[in-house]
Amino acid sequence: MESMSIHELTATELIQRLESGDLTSVEVVRSFLDRIEQFDEKVQAFLRVESQRALSDAERIDQRRRGGDPVGRLAGLPVAVKDVICTEGQPTTCASRMLQHFTPPYDATVIRRLKQADAILIGKTNMDEFAMGGTTESSTLATTCNPWDLQRVPGGSSGGAAACLAAGMAPLSIGSDTGGSIRQPASFCGVHGLKPTYGLVSRYGLIAFASSLDQIGPLARNAEDLALLLEVLAGHDPSDSTSANLPVPEYSQLVSQPLDGLTLGVVREHFGEGLDSEVQAAVREALRVYESLGATVKDISLPHSRYAIATYYIIACCEASSNLARYDGVHYGYRTDEAAMLADLVAEQRALASRGEATALDDIDSPLVRMYRQTRSEGFGAEVKRRIMLGTYALSHGYYDAYYVKALKVRRLIRNDFDAAFREVDLIAGPVAPTPAYRLGEKTEDPLAMYLGDLYTVSANLAGICALSVPCGLSSDGLPIGLQLQGPPLDEQRLLRAARMYQAVTDWHTRRPEGF
Amino acid sequence: MSDPSYEIVIGLEVHVQLQTATKLFCRCSTRFGAPPNTQTCPVCIGLPGSLPVMNRQAFALALKTAVALNCQIPGFTKWDRKQYYYPDLPKGYQISQFDLPMSQHGYLEINDAKGAFAPKRVGILRAHLEEDAGKSMHDELAGKADSRIDLNRTGTPLLEIVSQPDMRSPQEARAYLTELKLLLTYLGVSDCNMQEGSLRVDANINLHVATSQGTVATPIVEVKNMNSFRAVERAMAFEATRQFDVWKDTRIALGAPGGHKTTRGWDEQAQMTRPQRQKEESSDYRYFPDPDLAPVIVTDQQLDAVRADLGELPAALRTRLQTEWGIDAYDADVIVNQGRAFVDYFLALANISGDAKRASNWMQQDVLRVLNERALTIDLFPVSSTSLAQLLKTVQQGELDTSRARDVFNAMAESGDSMPQAMQSLGIQAVHGDELADLCRELLEANPSVVADVQAGKDKAIGALIGQAKRRNPNANPNQVRQLCLELIREQGSAQE
Amino acid sequence: MSLTRQQIVKVSLLARLRLRDDELDRMTDQLDQVVSYMDLLAEVDTEDVEPMAHAVEQTNVFAEDRELPSLDREAALSNSPKRDEQCYRVPAVLGD
Ligand SMILES: [Zn+2]
Repeated sequence: MESMSIHELTATELIQRLESGDLTSVEVVRSFLDRIEQFDEKVQAFLRVESQRALSDAERIDQRRRGGDPVGRLAGLPVAVKDVICTEGQPTTCASRMLQHFTPPYDATVIRRLKQADAILIGKTNMDEFAMGGTTESSTLATTCNPWDLQRVPGGSSGGAAACLAAGMAPLSIGSDTGGSIRQPASFCGVHGLKPTYGLVSRYGLIAFASSLDQIGPLARNAEDLALLLEVLAGHDPSDSTSANLPVPEYSQLVSQPLDGLTLGVVREHFGEGLDSEVQAAVREALRVYESLGATVKDISLPHSRYAIATYYIIACCEASSNLARYDGVHYGYRTDEAAMLADLVAEQRALASRGEATALDDIDSPLVRMYRQTRSEGFGAEVKRRIMLGTYALSHGYYDAYYVKALKVRRLIRNDFDAAFREVDLIAGPVAPTPAYRLGEKTEDPLAMYLGDLYTVSANLAGICALSVPCGLSSDGLPIGLQLQGPPLDEQRLLRAARMYQAVTDWHTRRPEGF
Repeated sequence: MSDPSYEIVIGLEVHVQLQTATKLFCRCSTRFGAPPNTQTCPVCIGLPGSLPVMNRQAFALALKTAVALNCQIPGFTKWDRKQYYYPDLPKGYQISQFDLPMSQHGYLEINDAKGAFAPKRVGILRAHLEEDAGKSMHDELAGKADSRIDLNRTGTPLLEIVSQPDMRSPQEARAYLTELKLLLTYLGVSDCNMQEGSLRVDANINLHVATSQGTVATPIVEVKNMNSFRAVERAMAFEATRQFDVWKDTRIALGAPGGHKTTRGWDEQAQMTRPQRQKEESSDYRYFPDPDLAPVIVTDQQLDAVRADLGELPAALRTRLQTEWGIDAYDADVIVNQGRAFVDYFLALANISGDAKRASNWMQQDVLRVLNERALTIDLFPVSSTSLAQLLKTVQQGELDTSRARDVFNAMAESGDSMPQAMQSLGIQAVHGDELADLCRELLEANPSVVADVQAGKDKAIGALIGQAKRRNPNANPNQVRQLCLELIREQGSAQE
Repeated sequence: MSLTRQQIVKVSLLARLRLRDDELDRMTDQLDQVVSYMDLLAEVDTEDVEPMAHAVEQTNVFAEDRELPSLDREAALSNSPKRDEQCYRVPAVLGD
């Protein structure tokens, strides 16, 4: 243990050593900055690293600790933040050209909580543009690679958040999960990731993709660290109308208590067509481990799960089309080159006029509307545009009931399925994703195929329940496989305890990618 | 005024700014007139990541108004996003209410005390709570092609009150607005200042034309840019005539080809409406429930509490002034329409003076005149109701004639003096009954010929004594002198018999 | 339902996007495929099912009407792509 280098220690261990004085925060931060320096050129998990600020913050924490002042729960510990979460005075880009130069004048509530806990914000991590995607390839600012195989994607949308943990460039990170965006990259990168119950963690300052589905959550390399970070993030926020007004359980204490008489449900519908056989085998093996720990595994049905993808993409895209309407080049963010745009407009009109098709400036081609359209077309990438188009279409006159309202109703049925299931079982266990990490570029041109990859994760967001991903195996290609555990609303403590139980008798969570 | 061959049909959409300290979804101030973009925050700028939280007071004021408008209040209401692009709408959507508004199916009673139209109920289709947009300004001075955007107003709470198309004349439209404004003022939910945009009116108007084939509706026109109630009245009158002319020309009915709804703006200078450009695809607002806001549930107990707290509203007050104080309908209307504080002043005055009719006359003629001349509201009126009541009593007891009393009143209003102070500074003294009787006896003794004339049945002869009485005591009340002299002469006569 | 290029053109205006011809073609193909997949929902019996717009059933969440400091103007305007000392600037708003 003594000989282990800093980046190999868990967050919980790092805190112990910081508290005992074995390590200083400056040493810890410098160690991770060195790792970033060494590996991030290859992995590109970070969009920006706050080296100077992190070091000076670390120095300040060390001073306070030396002076015997009280410090927060995460004092001196680096945390990486997905670049979808607003940080005051530091660019927050959503990995989009649209927000490349956007600097929020305020901190997200979770950032305030991290700062109150004296965590060191080490940098902002890469992601799919506006969190739309499952590979992090739709980022317009960087291409993140999976540390387990640099030819493969880290998953997404929180690809940078998961990859930086796998490469030992941060001990903790936070991501956001709208349809699996924490769990799937955690699974692809062999780390832990938790999507909390909707409302447990404040969304204030989380740049919205789909407001009724988005949740911020922790990623870590083991269940204890996950519990610790969740405990800091969770809690009521009066600035978020959808925030749950409940006391936060002491996850970091509860996590080490094993569960007696645990009943795990296995969803029949999750083991059908499309599930990779190695993933299936790894998940089945994990279930056997649970049985060996005294758990009962029960076959259950979520009859509406086959509608989850369609339901999810309708709702998510409808909300996204609305949430992204604000990026119009007026108050913040990218604006098209106005002079060039106006010159084009004039030239087009001349051309029309010369062909005798003179038209007056109408709304569609007023400079203002042209500015909007040009700005948005240049500022957004292809996947974002697709989803905006899909959502706009589904909300438009004549389609609203057939798509949006219908999806909201099926969403209710999906939630009802879970409610019924959780009357029979404590947690639901299954795969996170149908396959391990894809090759870079493999899915980018086939949106539907990519959407179908979210099959196992979107339901938790639709139902608003909690779910996490635990490493449970490696494929024959040496790629991590994740086990998903889903729990009833606000039962995070049970998820974490179940993950910890599994972790106690397996070593998947200790595996590291070669070369890191 | 209207041509008997058609009926005017008017519905009004009124946006009222609710009187809250802060905006609907953030805690920025709603103060009017601040320098541009000094009252904004991440929420009302619509910065990425920001989230709205509903202002408790805004909802309370909206609920109070809806109840006062006799609306049905559903147990469940929610907020929706109304989506369109405009530079003063930073989120790209306005948070409003679509299919489940907080109130609907109410009514407002309107009446004209002079009888210009029969009393009627104007239906309220719905009243819902929404956020205001910012302001776009055109920088014509600098000759620049840019518009400038100020977001101070963005997110200010508005109650949109949509009437049924129940008004049948421009006068009714104006009466509805006047009554609505009065009600809102009584409730204290809005300052209704049209200049500052706290109350905005859009009108929908068309005609029902009687033809040999039955009644035909003409295309509906939405009229905007009306900056006063008088402008609404005039715009409606103008539109009715214009639409009838168009109908006679084209015979295009509502819903027929070319008979779709159009928008026109009122040009105050030219006193006419002009067509406005239609916004492209403006009808597709893609409303959907705002996932960032929680719905609101209103219980019966809450509604009972709101009702109990409404206070006495204008219609009830008018009735009470008539039944309890014997004021006629017209006078009750004038008093009530001046606002609650004016009514309270009146009630105090009537109560202390014990003479409601006199109180009503004085308030309408004298008090209102001073308020208007000096652009004051009743709460700033320098004469207290107690002081004024004292003056009225003095007049009632005949100790001061009306014209002298008016001088005293003006002095009181000017200086804020009490009645005795004002009379003293004017050198006016009230003449008590005994004093006046003595004066009359002296006059009668000195003028036996007048006494004789009166006894001969010529009461007019008394007139000669009044001038003399005034000369002897300028405060003598001529009516009272006449009355007293006649009584004394009659007493003498009967004593002689 | 199947999507036509014409619909995509119309939706792109609603969404304030300006798509090149090749983008329109690709968008039509891709969205048509996705929308056809979504038609799967038609087979679900949703009669008497309440739509679920929120993930949690929260109601009556209010903030008190007490003023808090606004952003100072410079902070508010600092991210604007075009501005002057006081205001955001945009190409002229036509009409009223
Ligand atoms: Zn604000």
